Amino acid sequence: MKNTVEIRWHGRGGQGAKTAALLLADVAFKTGQNVQGFPEYGPERMGAPITAFNRISKEKIRVHSNIYEPDYVVVVDETLLHSVNVTDGLKEEGAIIINTPRSKEEVLPQLNGYKGRVVTIDARAISEQTLGKNFPNTPMLAATVAVTKVLERDQFINDMRASFEHKFAKKPEVIDGNMKALEMAYEAVS
Amino acid sequence: MSVKAIKERMSGNEAVSYAIRQVAPEVMPAFPITPSTEIPQMVSTYIANGELDTEFIPVESEHSAMSAAIGAEAAGARTMTATSSAGLALMWEELLLAASNRLPIVLTLVNRTLSGPININCDHSDGMGARDTGWIQIYAENNQEAYDNYIQAFPIAEDPRVHLPVMICQDGFITSHAVENIELMEDEPVKDFVGTYTPEEFMLNPGRPVSVGPYSVSNYAMEAKKLQEEAMERSKAVILEVAKKFGEMSGREYGLFEEYRTEDADYIMVIMGSAAGTAKTAVDELRDQGWKVGVLKLRVFRPFPEKEIAEALKNCKAAAIMDRCESYNGNGGPLSSEIPAGLYRSKVMIETVSYVYGLAGRDFRVEDAAGIFRDLRDLVENGKEVEQFKYIGLRV
Repeated sequence: MKNTVEIRWHGRGGQGAKTAALLLADVAFKTGQNVQGFPEYGPERMGAPITAFNRISKEKIRVHSNIYEPDYVVVVDETLLHSVNVTDGLKEEGAIIINTPRSKEEVLPQLNGYKGRVVTIDARAISEQTLGKNFPNTPMLAATVAVTKVLERDQFINDMRASFEHKFAKKPEVIDGNMKALEMAYEAVS
Repeated sequence: MSVKAIKERMSGNEAVSYAIRQVAPEVMPAFPITPSTEIPQMVSTYIANGELDTEFIPVESEHSAMSAAIGAEAAGARTMTATSSAGLALMWEELLLAASNRLPIVLTLVNRTLSGPININCDHSDGMGARDTGWIQIYAENNQEAYDNYIQAFPIAEDPRVHLPVMICQDGFITSHAVENIELMEDEPVKDFVGTYTPEEFMLNPGRPVSVGPYSVSNYAMEAKKLQEEAMERSKAVILEVAKKFGEMSGREYGLFEEYRTEDADYIMVIMGSAAGTAKTAVDELRDQGWKVGVLKLRVFRPFPEKEIAEALKNCKAAAIMDRCESYNGNGGPLSSEIPAGLYRSKVMIETVSYVYGLAGRDFRVEDAAGIFRDLRDLVENGKEVEQFKYIGLRV
């Protein structure tokens, strides 16, 4: 599909990769773009590898299949690098974004010779520092927006604040932590 | 003049639930089953929030869901339910009762395969299994069509010329759980479009009591079945009338099927549901390379638009007939039986090749669709022998 950004998410059940893909569809929609956000459903259980997808386009999106040649790949759990061929079909002019405390050089041997851009981010550390718990999907969403540039930083941050204020209306104490996680992750990869 | 469009993004299940809130049927008995579970769940939330006054009946099985729907509709209440896969299979006996008693129930089906192997993903074996139960069946390509078709279902079902139940189908997970752009309408125009339900005959009418579903002796039963068949035949015109009126309101046009770039096409793919969008993407890519190809997306499967399809295919050289379902008859699924039969009756002697694809959620890709058009061209232009019946996307 021409003029379409295609993103594939790899995570484990319970980490919020699906939620992150749906949130990305949400924020991209608010910029007036055409979006798709969908998970691949299998035998759902906590910890099992899961895949989710995004298409973002200025044009109407008609295709309803999974994504095999993504522009970007997001790896929410680096232990998947052992068992899943996450770079399969990934375009070299694109990028892979990996949640890991390790450096790009350290993860490179696990990427099956991928020649494109590799971005590493310690989403766990950011999450634990800002939210006190390991919720990697919020920082990974911000890193994905920063790398793919599917929308502008300020618009993203403002939309996410509005969305957290709605989502956490009964738990306002977590809004600031989530916003901090987004901003830190965005800066870390910019 | 079309009404104001509300630009939103939501999944297919959310879209149907939103339409349910707008239409506000009086009764909804339902039993949850993946991937349609979210629909009764969201409807229950609307009710709990005071946004909807539908009488929701939590039942202990889908057989009971359809039984309760029959009772409520016969009593005179506008009634709907939702289900998938084995849920629809468990309703089977009651589906025939709903149709033969001429009860305009609306069922929103989120298509999922039937066991086995047990699997939760999409194919059309549930809906196709109910193809001879006397229900009108309308299939959707995406969340927008699921929403639009649901709203049109009531004026079709309740039309005095029809009085038949309607099944509104969308592909499990592929559209039911995918968030995509959609244009919604405001509540008032939707409510006006659907109108108030005023059945001519109903059980809770003390002035004119009727009985529903009594024994019929052989001297009369066959006539009842013939009248049912005539109503199904008449529904075709009503579906088109409702679509026209809906188009004037929404700006979105619907027919019995959609013809996508078929005007001068040598090769046409006949397909239903979400995979039609993928096929259209393949058509765009091949058209860019100079191929004359198109897609006929079947929207209304019952009543079956046999003559209309034959007319639409008569000028092409070959058609691929795509079934997301098996009939185990050695030739493919239901479309592969019904479309060639219709072509024969209309004396349209084009080549057809039958394909089974996408069973139990097997992905159908743009490359798969392009490969099928290549098959058709090989058959016609290169005289290559092409199997008359093929499976697409099997593991090698």
